Amino acid sequence: MELTKTVAKRLLQLVIVLLFVTMFTFLLIRLLPGDPTTTIIPFGTDAQRAVLRQDLGLDKPLYEQYADYLTNLLQGDLGKQYNSGRPVIDLVSQSLPVSLQLMIYAQFIALLFAIPLGIFTAYRAGTRSDKAINTSAFALLALPNFVLALFLSYFVGAQLKWLPTGGYAPGWLDQFFDSSRSPDLIEHARYLLLPAITLAVGQIAVYMRLLRSDMIATLQENFITMAKAKGLSNQRILWRHALRPSSLTLLTVAGLNVGTLIGGAVVIEVIYGIPGMGLKIYQAVFSKEYVELQSYVVVIAVLFVLVNFFVDFLYTVLDPRIRRARAS
Amino acid sequence: MPELPDTGVDDEIGSGPTATEAFEREQHEFGGVAGDSGLLQVGAIEAGPASTRRRGAGLGFGAWAAIGWMGFIILIAVLAKVGILTWGDANESFASCARKGPLADEGGAKGFLLGCDSNGRDMIPRLALGAWTSLLVAVGAVTLGFIIGGTLGLIAGFTGGKTDTILTGMFNVLLSVPVIIMALALVAFLQGASGEEGALSPEMILIIAIGVVAIPLIGRITRASSLTWAQREFVLASRAQGAKSRRIMIREVLPNVLPAMFSIALLAIGIAIVAEGALAILGVGVRPPTPSWGNMIALDRGNLFKSPHIVFEASLLIFFTVLSLNLLGDVVRARFDVREGGL
Repeated sequence: MELTKTVAKRLLQLVIVLLFVTMFTFLLIRLLPGDPTTTIIPFGTDAQRAVLRQDLGLDKPLYEQYADYLTNLLQGDLGKQYNSGRPVIDLVSQSLPVSLQLMIYAQFIALLFAIPLGIFTAYRAGTRSDKAINTSAFALLALPNFVLALFLSYFVGAQLKWLPTGGYAPGWLDQFFDSSRSPDLIEHARYLLLPAITLAVGQIAVYMRLLRSDMIATLQENFITMAKAKGLSNQRILWRHALRPSSLTLLTVAGLNVGTLIGGAVVIEVIYGIPGMGLKIYQAVFSKEYVELQSYVVVIAVLFVLVNFFVDFLYTVLDPRIRRARAS
Repeated sequence: MPELPDTGVDDEIGSGPTATEAFEREQHEFGGVAGDSGLLQVGAIEAGPASTRRRGAGLGFGAWAAIGWMGFIILIAVLAKVGILTWGDANESFASCARKGPLADEGGAKGFLLGCDSNGRDMIPRLALGAWTSLLVAVGAVTLGFIIGGTLGLIAGFTGGKTDTILTGMFNVLLSVPVIIMALALVAFLQGASGEEGALSPEMILIIAIGVVAIPLIGRITRASSLTWAQREFVLASRAQGAKSRRIMIREVLPNVLPAMFSIALLAIGIAIVAEGALAILGVGVRPPTPSWGNMIALDRGNLFKSPHIVFEASLLIFFTVLSLNLLGDVVRARFDVREGGL
């Protein structure tokens, strides 16, 4: 019962947020002073303007326009790019998988480093190595990811010439969105390694701190003393007994971060020239393609909200303690 | 297994937090402003030297270094703004010096310690003037965020009930869009709204966009903080004496919330500096020729491989400034022993 209620509440929240996001992006363009068409296509011809005016239904009242806009959105019609006439949905289906893969790799790398570091610093809490790692983490948090991106592409890319500093090759996910793009996994990995590391570094510091503090609490629990009394090795206690109960917060935050990584990926993609959503946004701003920009904002916001919703939901289902607490 | 020292972990997780609680907790541990992306994710408050520092202890080397750095940056920013450091014109180009500098392929140029950018403009006055622009935008945005977000948060936390539910809901909805995307959309909108002739200066547009994005973040933290103080006995005592809500809010709760807010403000300025940089790279920064650290990076990003000094010098300034602000925020928090519980 409780679960159903929670889900219902969350669903309602989801709908409100989605309405807000669409209304926000819709109004951004409509509220601009003057003729909206001059803002949307400042360099457009008169004929293009007339078509646009009809497309946007500017003669109708605002609420009807919004309703039309929502209907179109639900049917997957995100509008057209005005300079080329290409449907924006095509551009999204090309760029979305690129960004998604980048985020998945970044998340993976971040956890790969953060978990051992978190365990180590919790185990050695208060020692010199713990302090050294923590201080480095503190410094890393002050490092903006675009600064890191520029440093890495200069030193690792241009000076050492280990990895390319820009470009992209399709990976395993692209083909599901656009069948013409066959995967080239080795090139794909080469292109995305640096960007993924860049995006991961800030997360490592965050996750590590989180795991460390939870782990320290866990290590003071009775069942750890029990495990020690049984004579289990430290390795086994840390990895098999302590890690699991300590990782709940970490996994939740990591899940919720998939959404927040979307924002970070935008800047990273621009610097590394990866044709994901971020680069598309940059280009849309540059060429003043407001309808296109609006669509990306909506897509990202919807994605962000859905991911958060899903993680939150999953969390309730997966954690038996919460499930039981809510059931009783 | 070695003895586990008491590291002051005050969160009980035995009961298992809900996802939302965990998220809120992250927001707290990481300065509460970690809304978006590695980029805006700043300041693990407890990280680093803080854990060993005791309340009332003298400032460490790091804190003094941070104060010194901030003093230096503010000094050069002001000197550049009043025209002393820029020797007249920050936009003057020297053709002989273009793209030259430390680390550059073409080598350094005599008389220009930090080299020149791709237009042959001396880096020193530009970095100094850039400091002014970046600080102006960041401080302006944070001030805006605090005036609106802080007030709303204070009201929400203090009043509770329906007002609280509505305001908190509003904050959460505003936070449902990644902040950098939100800021970008706002800048694009405001640029369009102010027209070609520019009713709003580019700096003002950035201040508004970043400030608006900061409102829900700051609002939530202020709410949490004022919520705990509003439940204290002296508030009850004041109420018993017949004080009006507004008076209690301003005279009793606000002064207690302020130290926490000051620490958050320092972190937020750091975040805003980074946000300005990110927006500049996304092509919506301050309009050239006015330099800001962000648009210096954005403009000469294309020369990264041949003349890396241009981008690196601005990057380093951003890094050290944000690091200093994080450190100072951390020190302030430790000083006042700021704990935000009660969510």
